[in-house]
Amino acid sequence: MRGLEQLLAEHPFFEGMRGEDLALIAGCGKNARFGAGEYLFREGEPADHFFLLRSGMVSVEVHDPARGTITVLSAGEGEVLGFSWLMPPYHWVFDARALDLTRSVVFDGACLREKCEGDPRLGYDLLKRVTGVMMRRLEAASVQLLDVYGGAAAS
Amino acid sequence: MTAPAPGSAVSEAPDAGPSDAGHAAAGAAGPMRTRVYAVRRTRRETPDVLTLELEPGVDGEVEASAPGQFNMLYAFGVGEAPISVSGDPGASGRLVHTIRSVGATTRALCGLRRGDPVGVRGPYGTSWPVAEAEGRDVLAVAGGIGLAPLRGAFARILARRDRYGRVSLLYGARSPRDVVFEEDLRRWRSRFDVEVEITVDHAVGLWRGHVGVVTPLLDYAHVDPDDCVAMLCGPEVMMRHVARDLGRRGVASDRIHVSLERNMECGVGLCGHCQLGGELVCRDGPVFRWDRAEPLLRVREL
Amino acid sequence: MHVIQREGLDALIRQLSAEGRTVLGPTVDGGAIALGQIGSARDLPEGWTDEQEGGFYRLRRREDRALFGYAVGPRSWKAWLHPAEMRLWRARRTDGAFELEAEDAPIPRYAFLGVRPCELHAIRIQAHVLAGGAHPDPGYRARREEAFLVAVNCGEPGGTCFCASMGTGPGADDGYDLVLTEIPDPGDPGGATRFTAEAGSARGEEVLGRIPVREASSGEVDAARAVVEEAAGRMGRSLGAEGLPELLAASPEHPRWGETAERCLACGNCTLVCPTCFCTSVDDTTDLTGEVAERWRRWDSCFAADFSYIHGGSVRGSRASRYRQWLTHKLGTWHEQFGTSGCVGCGRCITWCPVGIDLTEEVAALRRTPVPAAAPGRAADAPTSGGEP
Repeated sequence: MRGLEQLLAEHPFFEGMRGEDLALIAGCGKNARFGAGEYLFREGEPADHFFLLRSGMVSVEVHDPARGTITVLSAGEGEVLGFSWLMPPYHWVFDARALDLTRSVVFDGACLREKCEGDPRLGYDLLKRVTGVMMRRLEAASVQLLDVYGGAAAS
Repeated sequence: MTAPAPGSAVSEAPDAGPSDAGHAAAGAAGPMRTRVYAVRRTRRETPDVLTLELEPGVDGEVEASAPGQFNMLYAFGVGEAPISVSGDPGASGRLVHTIRSVGATTRALCGLRRGDPVGVRGPYGTSWPVAEAEGRDVLAVAGGIGLAPLRGAFARILARRDRYGRVSLLYGARSPRDVVFEEDLRRWRSRFDVEVEITVDHAVGLWRGHVGVVTPLLDYAHVDPDDCVAMLCGPEVMMRHVARDLGRRGVASDRIHVSLERNMECGVGLCGHCQLGGELVCRDGPVFRWDRAEPLLRVREL
Repeated sequence: MHVIQREGLDALIRQLSAEGRTVLGPTVDGGAIALGQIGSARDLPEGWTDEQEGGFYRLRRREDRALFGYAVGPRSWKAWLHPAEMRLWRARRTDGAFELEAEDAPIPRYAFLGVRPCELHAIRIQAHVLAGGAHPDPGYRARREEAFLVAVNCGEPGGTCFCASMGTGPGADDGYDLVLTEIPDPGDPGGATRFTAEAGSARGEEVLGRIPVREASSGEVDAARAVVEEAAGRMGRSLGAEGLPELLAASPEHPRWGETAERCLACGNCTLVCPTCFCTSVDDTTDLTGEVAERWRRWDSCFAADFSYIHGGSVRGSRASRYRQWLTHKLGTWHEQFGTSGCVGCGRCITWCPVGIDLTEEVAALRRTPVPAAAPGRAADAPTSGGEP
């Protein structure tokens, strides 16, 4: 069994991060497993975790009473989920559900924030990585909104 | 099993005596009888949204209704639909309803013209807390056709403007073409004592206003979170997100009100369709306090 | 307390008929106890009993001549008090408008013979729902007021009965015009049974005064009490009803719903046979000329796929959500909406479910396993719960 640090070092999100920093962050995380259909988090619930997805596929969803469950994003191996821990008051805005067996490293948000406050350089590095993911997601979401494919549903 | 199949057990008329109870409307149908009104004026808001102004026929006076309530509107021979009151009835003495065409009944209602008859049952349900909000700031947030149920409340508040603190309206529509009540929005916007911000999901062409979902507009609403009443109306997903955002900004959940929608066959608490947990939307709603609604909306498929 | 012999029962039926009532009671029809029009005691299921289990119903022959020696059949009195199909009004186009016709159909006058204590409660529950709110159904109210109820205490609880758990039987408390208890003739145990009789209302007293009755002996009074006491100990099922609303309110995410949904066909039998289910839909129709419109009301079921349809789709799309709705409403949220439980323990839903889903078992299962708490995953080697059976 590889140690947590090793897992983090191999994950694209932490590419290039120094060993000492990885060791520090690893202290905030633990391995977790979600069976198919299990929720990683639910809309409205207190949000204080960051998920590093190692394998499997997760659907980020909104539930509409008439249209049912709508997936707004999918995330899988090599990706990350969960930014609500960055900004108070820490509540999830969407649901996230494992579509198949998903292995993840789950970080405690309060622990991460504490490490970042204690070492601003580490905090800046982490924030840059997170911001990078957010920017890419935002661009993609804006293009998604354009509904470029048209079709029956487009007005 | 050798028992009669359940289908036959209920569809055959039970053996009956003097009158065939299976088919006669024995006794008055009471609350299910519709009153006949006439269309006095129509205004097309968008290609699929029509506002109707109704006056009672020979049946007498308009029943007093409060913004937030709804009537069951009947298109002869087609069907009935629950439609929120969309005007301030105090003003014109007429009943005002704004209808979006989404099915057979609403399509028929949207096809009505001046002089056509319409059946009206109601008003039913709970109303916006216009009186309770006196002395506080007011924030109204509407999405799409959700502006219709709020319009009467907003008009009523502006008619007694001095009784309220800061008053703000945030409105989100799909596109500029889908904005409803443009005249009202312009008129409200031109006042100095009211904030109105409008956004669309996407815009093509000459739109120079906000583009984006309605939640970021909350930054432009200068109401005091500790002392305001928020009234939200629109798609349920939108209301959930706005309510949570308001919560994050410090508005208490018993000061936030939402308008919910569920299937209604009768509108009077007899048909069982509009249940949401222990609530009947026709009787305990459609306007609900967020602290009551939130745990119910959190459960999928409730 | 009085006693009526068989001839007295015939006299009772004739008296109620003479008052202009349609007398309805249990008969054997299609291999089941069915409710239908009766003219005399000979129409009643003498010497029959029933065997009921989850998804199972058979009539069996008794060794005696009891007239009410069975539990309840698939039909309930709601078919007459809250008809399955009813026209609410008719309207005609007039010059530029339309007009609703006045309602002048006579109100049916029924006498229900053989109303079980659970059914008395069911009638009371439904009356509260349909006529006890802010917008009472005047048709229901009128039919209920005109219905003369002859209750019969239960001596033969069925395999799926649990009225004792729900506090609705096997003896009747009130809500009847007359109540009878069937007791054997001590001198002729294999012969015709007789009935103790008591009035529960002024019109019940009046009817009793017009038929041949005599005073009950103390032995007969004891025998009647013993019938009910003994029946209370022979229930086929039981249901732990304490704290049910709270349990159900805490269980919307319980995995049991998904498990039971695998068996449930959403056929709606349970809602058809349940004596308190009241949901209806409205159909607005017009004739071919478009000049005459009618509004009809018909029974509907929360198991129907479009029951909860709003623009775009149904709120309760999955069978699991619909089963959850039915059970949670019947045993839980009914309290919030109407102040009582919606269940009277008659067991029909268990007997008539094609796959034998048993709500007493469902409640037991919900109680047995705690509701899984929401938590962000678990350690990689800890056992999972939730979605896995």
